Amino acid sequence: MIVDIGIVAVKAFLVLFMVLNLAGILGWIERKGSALIQDRIGANRASVFGFAGMGLINTLIADPLKFLTKEDFVPPEGDKFLHTLAPCMTLFTALVTFAVIPFGDVLVLGERVINLQVANLNIGILYVFAIGSLGVYGIVIGAWASNNKFSLMGAVRGSAQMISYEVAMGLSVIGILMVFGTLELQEIARGQGTLIRDMLPESAGFLRSTVGRLPAWGIFLQPLAFLLFFTAAVAETKRIPFDLPEAESELVAGYHVEYSGGKFLMFFAGEFAEIVTAAGLMTTLFFGGWQVPYLMRDGFHFPWGEAVVLPHLAVTALQVGAFTLKVIFFCWLQILLRWSVPRFRYDQVMRLGWKMLLPLALLNVIVTAIVIIALQ
Amino acid sequence: MDASVILFYVISVLLVLSSLMVVFLRNVVHCALALVVALFLIAILFVMLHAPMVGVLQVLVYAGAIMVLFLFVIMFLNPTASEPRRKLWWGFGSAAALLLAASLAALLSNGEAPADPVTATETFGSPETLAKSLFTDFVLPFEITSVLLLVAIIGAVVLAKREP
Amino acid sequence: MDHPYFPLLILFTLAGAVVLGLLFVAQKVGPKSPNPVKAEPFESGNPPRGDARIRFSVRFYLVAMLFLIFDLEVVFLYPWAILFRQLGLFGLIEMGIFLGILLIGFVYVWKKGALEWD
Repeated sequence: MIVDIGIVAVKAFLVLFMVLNLAGILGWIERKGSALIQDRIGANRASVFGFAGMGLINTLIADPLKFLTKEDFVPPEGDKFLHTLAPCMTLFTALVTFAVIPFGDVLVLGERVINLQVANLNIGILYVFAIGSLGVYGIVIGAWASNNKFSLMGAVRGSAQMISYEVAMGLSVIGILMVFGTLELQEIARGQGTLIRDMLPESAGFLRSTVGRLPAWGIFLQPLAFLLFFTAAVAETKRIPFDLPEAESELVAGYHVEYSGGKFLMFFAGEFAEIVTAAGLMTTLFFGGWQVPYLMRDGFHFPWGEAVVLPHLAVTALQVGAFTLKVIFFCWLQILLRWSVPRFRYDQVMRLGWKMLLPLALLNVIVTAIVIIALQ
Repeated sequence: MDASVILFYVISVLLVLSSLMVVFLRNVVHCALALVVALFLIAILFVMLHAPMVGVLQVLVYAGAIMVLFLFVIMFLNPTASEPRRKLWWGFGSAAALLLAASLAALLSNGEAPADPVTATETFGSPETLAKSLFTDFVLPFEITSVLLLVAIIGAVVLAKREP
Repeated sequence: MDHPYFPLLILFTLAGAVVLGLLFVAQKVGPKSPNPVKAEPFESGNPPRGDARIRFSVRFYLVAMLFLIFDLEVVFLYPWAILFRQLGLFGLIEMGIFLGILLIGFVYVWKKGALEWD
């Protein structure tokens, strides 16, 4: 029993550790990436004893240290308690959403079968959406407690944007849930281990021998849903091109104008943790989660008949490695987006959310339903 | 005592406390946040009663959507954060609360409460079970819900678009 | 301990510890040097004018209300989606009627110009 609790605690600790560190690394990648794209040398000031070559490691330590040693300013006319609560809520909700995302299949150690996921809940993805919907409070409360016009404007823009895209995000995953018939993310990841061939009827001979050889990943089954989900997820993290809540040329820094020091660090880390969670969701729902194409529990089984047998530990290591790589890829994609596209206007943000994503997501649901019935 | 029973009492005490805070705090925004906490605690109670689907929808809809609307209205429409005391409403509220307490007391003292209220199985409140009963046994109420939502949409637009 | 939600309890505790730890360290380590200019709300260097709690366009409330309604619609879709293969054609018709009625509302909102920002 103590061992069971220990395993759970280790998994929870690992996930938190990974999310926080990845968030820190992303902060560095963002600055290094901006330097690269703007053709300059960037993020090279953090050095230990004149040794700046390890920029990543140094920045990872120097960044939080710098934030923590700055003055933590609380506006005297604001609400001190809520001003403290807001960044805590943002970081907390961002950290705990990763709980239901599986980072591997099962790990068998002797008698023990460990599910590589912090919590296997039968409501699965709804947990992510429920906790995510609480994220709005962080910015609204923070802005209100700051007693600043810019903050409040940023929060109104931000919360209206977040709730608008929450609808589109929820609708876009319905298709995936219909295909796999479950809310559990571990089941969805397992379901993507089969080939598309197995989902097609016998009569579709040509399709079975061509497209059918692809793994049944969400991206092949629901390409439109992925585009919609990706757009909505970027809008939810309030990053460029959807960074109107903190548009620096209009609102200085939006809802966190009056934040500094440790509390700003919490908003900052929370934003990057949200990026990591969004990447984890994209991976799990649309890119097979921890699946490696054609890798089964006992090794590779290629569709042309060959097979390579691998020991269990190697398979598990490959799967966890694949999941990590995919997550890092989608994090990088979101960072890259920031330096590639200009900011939208607010009316464009609202039009995209309500007049394009929402009807398209509904259409996707209907088409998916008809196709599933036709294939049955 | 069982761990889940202890957890139940801890959650219940917190729930009663946060509900009292909704009523007694002076700042309206604080009240709204106390209500969010109360709704979240109720969701935990649902989960402990093997109804995780209801619990998560409680958070998604009440704490995540309805309370956001509440906060919107409070924060961005009403600049006076604390409201003045109103004697009449206090009297009305107390009377209503007393009436409710009396009827609850009558109900609870009458019947025999089951010794172990948590008799539902693991799958009782699962998404699948809930979906099955909603989409086979309760089709008509489900369809009527859409009419209700339609009326709500039209009402919202009519109210917001009214010329001053 | 076998409860599927038990790991969440541990994760929430750990995440709470991280958050409170950061807050505590920031309180202890950071310097404190208040001055009257710093205490003013930031308004691009100008002296602040009027109340910070300004009023906003009614459109934002409309968005919040529409979100609430459409969020409820999506909530009905989740259980329907996981049961869809069992419901089959009946499920499609059932949800078709539901979505059809709500589509009337969506078209109404669109035509009324409630989704326009000008």
